[in-house]
Parts: sequence; structure tokens; C-alpha cells
Amino acid sequence: MLAESLALSAALFAIGVVGVLTRRNAMIVFMCVELMLNAVNLSFVALSRLYGATGQVFVIFVMTVAAAEAAVGLAIVIAIFRHKQTVDLQNINLLRG
Amino acid sequence: MTFDLTIPSQLLAALTPDLILMAGATLLMVLTALRPEGSASQRGIGKLALVVLVATAVAVVAMIMAGNNVGPGVIAVDRFRWTADLIFIGAAIGTVLLSMEYGDKEHIPQAEVHVLVLFATAGMMTLAAARDLMIVFLGIEIMSIAVYVLAGLNRRSAKAAEGALKYFLLGAFATGFLLYGIALTYGATGSTNLSVIGKVIVDHQLQSQSMLLIGVGLLLVGFGFKVAAVPFHMWAPDVYEGAPTPTTAFMASAVKAAAFAVFLRIWLEAFPQMDRAWILPVWWLAAITMLVGNVVALAQRNIKRLLAYSSVVHSGYLLVAVAAGTRLGSAAFLFYLVAYTIATFGAFAVVTTIGTAGERNQDLSDYEGLWSVRPGLAIAMGVCMLALMGFPLFGGVGFFAKWYLLQAALGSPHNLLPLSVILVLTSVIAAGYYLNVVRVMFMKPRPEGAAEIGPIGPLTQGVLAVTVALIIGLGLFPSQLATWTRGSTPMAPNQTAAQATNK
Repeated sequence: MLAESLALSAALFAIGVVGVLTRRNAMIVFMCVELMLNAVNLSFVALSRLYGATGQVFVIFVMTVAAAEAAVGLAIVIAIFRHKQTVDLQNINLLRG
Repeated sequence: MTFDLTIPSQLLAALTPDLILMAGATLLMVLTALRPEGSASQRGIGKLALVVLVATAVAVVAMIMAGNNVGPGVIAVDRFRWTADLIFIGAAIGTVLLSMEYGDKEHIPQAEVHVLVLFATAGMMTLAAARDLMIVFLGIEIMSIAVYVLAGLNRRSAKAAEGALKYFLLGAFATGFLLYGIALTYGATGSTNLSVIGKVIVDHQLQSQSMLLIGVGLLLVGFGFKVAAVPFHMWAPDVYEGAPTPTTAFMASAVKAAAFAVFLRIWLEAFPQMDRAWILPVWWLAAITMLVGNVVALAQRNIKRLLAYSSVVHSGYLLVAVAAGTRLGSAAFLFYLVAYTIATFGAFAVVTTIGTAGERNQDLSDYEGLWSVRPGLAIAMGVCMLALMGFPLFGGVGFFAKWYLLQAALGSPHNLLPLSVILVLTSVIAAGYYLNVVRVMFMKPRPEGAAEIGPIGPLTQGVLAVTVALIIGLGLFPSQLATWTRGSTPMAPNQTAAQATNK
């Protein structure tokens, strides 16, 4: 079970990374980041079968932090939407990268 | 005394400064919500924030005086933590002072800026204390979330919103890598505690176990993003340019220092036995960061972007100290961190002053002939530039920072001679843009019709005077600071015990 869970977690994480790097909509990029975090959560839960409760405690912390991060992130997305009327990262190019 | 972290009261005692800061920040947040928005309220909250920060600093100094120690556990109580704390608190005090006047100038009446600085500082202090990957994660997030908001605080500025969005997306992306690295390290060793990880690696000979290697690699990527090392630096110039300048000063100095402090502690306490695996990636990261950062910085015309690339470059220099992996390296690291933080903060303080409302006047041409209109500002900026460059005498503490760094690199058991050569050569390239700023300020005439520089507030003047005095003062008496940093290396509790028995 452990190997399968870890493999699934790695696959989900990779999907998240590819999504962040290729998608251009800020909301979808953000969802991909959340996918990465939840992939890690899956790893933690799977590993906690081996090592005890630490992994599960970690998952609770990650979820709490992800919620706080989502609140701030969505606020920033709204702020930029008010300026640009779009959340497409291709149109957000005042700064030069 | 030696704190026993299994006893709750002693755990709380070991966290006294952090708790003072967190309680103060929470109280101020409530107070901010109760008071009407406006300049008077903003200044009032700013003063209270200063009181909280000074109280925290006093608590830190008291902890240093007491010479406390700690048993195994999730929290470190050592001079490395306290020195790092003092760096963060100093930068936070400067940021609050600059923000109070900047808020009036830019018409940002939100008093939350000061509260957010306090929360970010609380996160940094958590990071400096962390001896467990769970605490590391929490510290990084407490710090980062507050700084995401700070970066986008000026709601009328499209640039600030864009910078905040980029910072947020890339910061969260980096957190993903960091977290996966932590998960795999936990999977390979069965613990999140740094000293236990270090012990398990030695006991079970895990140095080349693939899960652990991938985990360490991911940790390195995550930290690479957080400290803006090339090739993970792309966000830094944009975010630094978009954010309000006092916030940029805070990000370039304290946030980077915090990320580096915890980076060094993890490397020295959890993975000292894996030096063969991580030395090569860190080596390349340092080399590429120094080369690319310096060359790109040469092309910058915007002063905030120039300083952003300068901060990227200094990440490379600090990585050299990390690569050294010795006590001497860690002492040089801490010394460099102090010098870099002060000089960067001072430079951004000048940029805050020059910028007129709306954050214009950030081009290098706006600094032409500054000497003839504002000699004080020109001298302050000049000293900061020379300190960042590592110029002897006039650069004050910056020169000794580079000197100790080179010594540490050459004395390292790893072969860092090529890296030292790159360090010296790139420092010569760096003269191309640091000295250019000095030349523009002192040797060019003030152009006709150049924008009038507004009056400099007393608080900003104070910040500038203190930074310049520190750069020069520490440059005249570097040995005290050097002795101090040599006694302030992070060391896992079991290692310290082993050393004590060796003596």
C-alpha cells in the first residue's frame, strides 16, 4: 500500500508542477499549487502508517496554513482583477520578469 | 540554565521573546481594527509596534545574558538564534520607522502595515529557533503570508498588485517543493526533528538512500526560491520593484536573512554527514548565482531592480559560506548576514527618500548630481554601495564580511578554491554597477528640471544615520563582531555534547 500511495502522491505532485509551469490563468495556477500541497499531504498520511502520528499532525498544519494562504492569495487575485479586469498572467506584464 | 523542553513551563520560558512579540502583534491587530483609518492612527500603531519590538529585543538580550542552554527538542536556544533574532528585530524597527513616514507620503493610511511587519518578524524568529521541520514549515508560512500582504498593501498601485501576485504564486510554489522535501526526508528517516534526522542518517548509513537524496534536493530547490538564488530568482526583481519601498527593504534584508538562517541550521544540524551529496549542487548554485546575478545587474537602470539583482548576488556569496560547511563558514555566514542586512536596508532607505509620491524617481538618472543637492543622502547611499561591494575602509563592515567569507571558503575541507576565485572575480564585476551609482551621484551635474526631492522626515534621517554609523563603526572594530559570530554557530544538541566530552 505504502509504495502505491507514494507513487500516486508523486504523480499528483508532478501534475501540479506541470500545471503551474504551463497554465496562464492565475486561478488555475493557484489550484495547481493546492494540488501540490495535497499531494504532499497524501505522502504524509501514507508515511504515518509507518512512523506514527507525526505525519498526520503535519497534515493538519499543512491544511490550516493552506487555508490561510488561500485567503491571502484570493485577495491578491481580486486586487489585480480590479486593476486589469483579467487574471490571465499573459496580460499581467507591467514588470519585466 | 538548561531548558528541558518536555516541561511545558520551561518550553514557554525558552520562547519568551517570541511570545512577547506574538502577543503584542495580536493585541495591536485588534487595536487596529477598533480605530478609524487615518494618518494619526497609523502613526500611533507604528509607535506601539516599536514598543513591542524593543520589548522583544530586550527579552532577547536578557536571554543572551542568562547564557541559557537547551536539551534535545524542537526549539534551539543558542547564540545563533539570538543573533539572528536581533538582525530581524533591527530590520523590523527600521521598516516600521520608514513605513510611518512613507505611509503619509504615499497616502497609505492602513495601520496594518506595522502589525504585518510584527507578524512577519514573529515568523522569522520562529524560523531562527526551529529545530524541527514542522516548526520550519510553520515559521516560513507565518513569515511569507504576512509579507505577501505587505507586498500588495498599496491597493492603488497596479505594479504592487502584480508584484504581490507573482510573489504569492512563486512563494506558494516554492513552499510545495519545500514541503515535499520535508515529507521525503520524514519518509526516509522517520522523524522531522533535525538532530534525530542527523543521528538516524549516521546510524543507518542513509547517505546515498534515494528517497533522502530526492528529499534533500527538493529542500534545496525550495530554499533556492526563498533566497532567490539563480535559477530560481526570476520573481525577485519584479517583486522588489512592485512592492512599497520600505517593504522591499524588509524583504531584501530580514526575509532573506531568515530564510538563510534556517537553511544553514538545517544543513549543519540535520545533514552534516551528507556533505558529499549536497556540496556539488550548492557549489553550482553559488557559482551560477554570482555570475548571472552580477552580469544582469550591470544592465539595470532602475535602482530598485539593481538592488534586487544585488540581493540575488549576495545570495550567491552567502551560499559560498553554506558550502564551506564548517564552524568558520557559519561564523563568516553570520558576519556577512549582519553586514549585508545593514547595507541593503540603508540603500533601500535612501531609495524610499528619493522616490516622490507614486514611487516615481527610481531611475539611475534621478540620482545624477545628488551630491550637489542632498550631500547627506549621497554620502549615505555611497557608503551603502561601497559596503555592498566590499570596498576597503569606506565600505566599512562590508570589506571584512567578504574577507572572512574568503577565509572560510579557503579553509574549508571541500575544495572551494575555484568558488573563491569566482567570488573575487565577480566582486570586480560588481564594482561596475555599485561604483556607477557612486559616480552618477558625485560626478555628474544635477540635470535641469530634475524632480525636487521632498523634505526628509526625522525618522528616515534617524534610520539612515544609524545604518551609516553601524557600517562604519563595525568596519572600524570588526573583531568584536567576528569573535561574537565565531561563538554563535548552530550545533545539534548531541554534537555539542560530543564536543564537550572531547574537551
